[in-house]
Amino acid sequence: MANIKELSRRPECLAPGHRLCGGCGASMAVRQVLMGVPEDAVPVVGCATGCLEVSTTIYPYDAWNVPFIHNAFENSAATVSGVEAAFKGLQRAGKIPADKKVKFVAFGGDGGTYDIGLQSLSGAMERGHDMVYVCYDNGAYMNTGIQRSSATPKGSWATTAEVGKDQQGKTQRRKDLASIIAAHGVPYVGQSTVGHWKDLVSKAEKAFAADGPAFLNVLAPCPRGWRIGSDETMLISRLAVDTKFWPLFEVENGKWTLTPVKEKNLKPLEDFLKPQGRFKHLLKPENAELLQELKDDVEDYWKYLEGRVEGSKDL
Amino acid sequence: MSNKAFSATGNQMIAEAMRQVDPDVMAAYPITPQTTIVENYAKYVANGQVHTEFVTVESEHSALSACIGASAAGARVATATASQGLALMWEELYIAAGMRTPIVMANANRALSAPINIHGDHSDVMGARDTGWIILFAETAQEAYDNTVISFKIAEDSQVLLPVMTTLDGFITSHAMERCEMEEDATVQQFVGDYHPKYALLDTDEPVAHGMFANGDSYMKTRLATRNANMGSLPIIEKYGKAWADVTGRPYDLVDCYETDDADYIVVVLGSAAGNVRHIARQLRAEGKKVGVVRPRVYRPFPEEQIVEACKGAKAVAVLDRSDSLGATHAPLGADVMSAFYAAGLSIPAKNYVYGLGGADVTNVVVQGVFDDLEKVADGTLDCDLRYIGI
Repeated sequence: MANIKELSRRPECLAPGHRLCGGCGASMAVRQVLMGVPEDAVPVVGCATGCLEVSTTIYPYDAWNVPFIHNAFENSAATVSGVEAAFKGLQRAGKIPADKKVKFVAFGGDGGTYDIGLQSLSGAMERGHDMVYVCYDNGAYMNTGIQRSSATPKGSWATTAEVGKDQQGKTQRRKDLASIIAAHGVPYVGQSTVGHWKDLVSKAEKAFAADGPAFLNVLAPCPRGWRIGSDETMLISRLAVDTKFWPLFEVENGKWTLTPVKEKNLKPLEDFLKPQGRFKHLLKPENAELLQELKDDVEDYWKYLEGRVEGSKDL
Repeated sequence: MSNKAFSATGNQMIAEAMRQVDPDVMAAYPITPQTTIVENYAKYVANGQVHTEFVTVESEHSALSACIGASAAGARVATATASQGLALMWEELYIAAGMRTPIVMANANRALSAPINIHGDHSDVMGARDTGWIILFAETAQEAYDNTVISFKIAEDSQVLLPVMTTLDGFITSHAMERCEMEEDATVQQFVGDYHPKYALLDTDEPVAHGMFANGDSYMKTRLATRNANMGSLPIIEKYGKAWADVTGRPYDLVDCYETDDADYIVVVLGSAAGNVRHIARQLRAEGKKVGVVRPRVYRPFPEEQIVEACKGAKAVAVLDRSDSLGATHAPLGADVMSAFYAAGLSIPAKNYVYGLGGADVTNVVVQGVFDDLEKVADGTLDCDLRYIGI
């Protein structure tokens, strides 16, 4: 993989001047993922309706230096699958040179991916299109104003999972989307964060190198929705990993690899929760039981991943 | 010059037309009564008869989503659907037109749930009438073939760049065997020519953005441009229709008029039922009655002038709708025809009928009843209220 100096010299696919919030994880996910596109290939980008789309393509201004398509909310995967099919059909017809290299990438937020776009994503992954789907997961419908999604962590506040006398935020666990996509048998699935550039760019490189569909699930903090400062995106991303809340792992042709958290970096879950306004109620003494439940969930999921690693070690 | 006649279903003829055009991408999903179009196409793919990238999607929503992506990418694109499938595409229908993607989609017109019903009517396609798509209605399997070939030329014309729906009536036309003629593959390919997209996403040297966010002013301008493209396509449709007629020897008119020149009583009808109506009209003509039949072959854009011209001398007009617009005074075609009369300053009494829903039979007796009614409508002894017939 290229070092950070070399990466910084790569042409920018997403230009500055777009209208995402300061500290938004989405643009960081885009820039790092697209740094993984091989230098001899051109990316063609699709995007689901959401913050990334509305903030980067407000007519007549377009922040993308590469071809870009937005269709609707739930169909980024289907749309890009059509673009990829066009490439194949046109190449077969001799209308595009046989040696032209294009990488197809679809972006969607967690609402557009875990929820409303899951069918479209599942279809595209099953059909085997040569494309990379990237979920920038900020754990809620941020574009419409912080409503809960199936990616919202248990206990988190959201405007449709309120904190009140009878309820302490979202009551359900977040959906394990990476495992769902891995179950499609696609050649590559990776989970990372925008705060781990080396991990993310290297996973993006693997995703683009895969022959067939690949999926990246990227934790992308939303300062507005998470109730954090716009200068805390990277810090919170790293805390998500160091508290084991967001494990870094990948599945390459069925083989699972989990990045361990070094003993010296390991921190209690509270360190991830405390700086975020969306979790502040969880640290109240009356919610001690719920906090313990969250800690147990984190441990259980880590054990589950270790089981997947063990079960696939001979592949 | 045509090849010699053979028998085929409407769906077979559409599949053949699509094979001959050989689009770059077809993304489709099975649904009755369209399924045999994609099944036939799958055979062409398996036999290497086409170069098409065939995308077997997991829903109609994804079918049209993939078609939009492929069309924006710069490919020639086709698909097919019906009924609930078209309804599931609703969101994407507007997007396909608004993004100016010249997709050709066959629709085997079928009833909408509930109750669930798989048979022919126009409830599905009428739901697409305000979307910006150009909508063609075939009466026969032969027309389904001809309309499909022409559709690619219309859609991809640089003055149009809109998706085209080439429709045929579910089961009645999609599945019944009829006498058909087919042109040579080379003739079709020469007629449609190559597609040269203006703003292809895959032209990576000139990156463009498709599907951008538009606020008030630019949104409204975009909608107006789409309206103008649709309204302005009528002479272009006619041009390609006539050009294809020159090739095939089969006549083409935007509106098919039967004995309307001196007709006192005219029935306006879309699609396959026109044959039944003409059959009765022929009998009535033999009895000396001045009756005629008007069948729009194009429904969107609405061929207002041609319909007004055909009907302007009539004493009464019946408009037969194979769908309804619940909550409105008139069904879709009825409202369109009456609006055209009003705009043209005509005050011909017009009675709107709803017939054949969910594949209900359109019998001779039913059609005869409509012509009988028209005499009473003309002399004022029967009202013009909408009526369900054949029920």
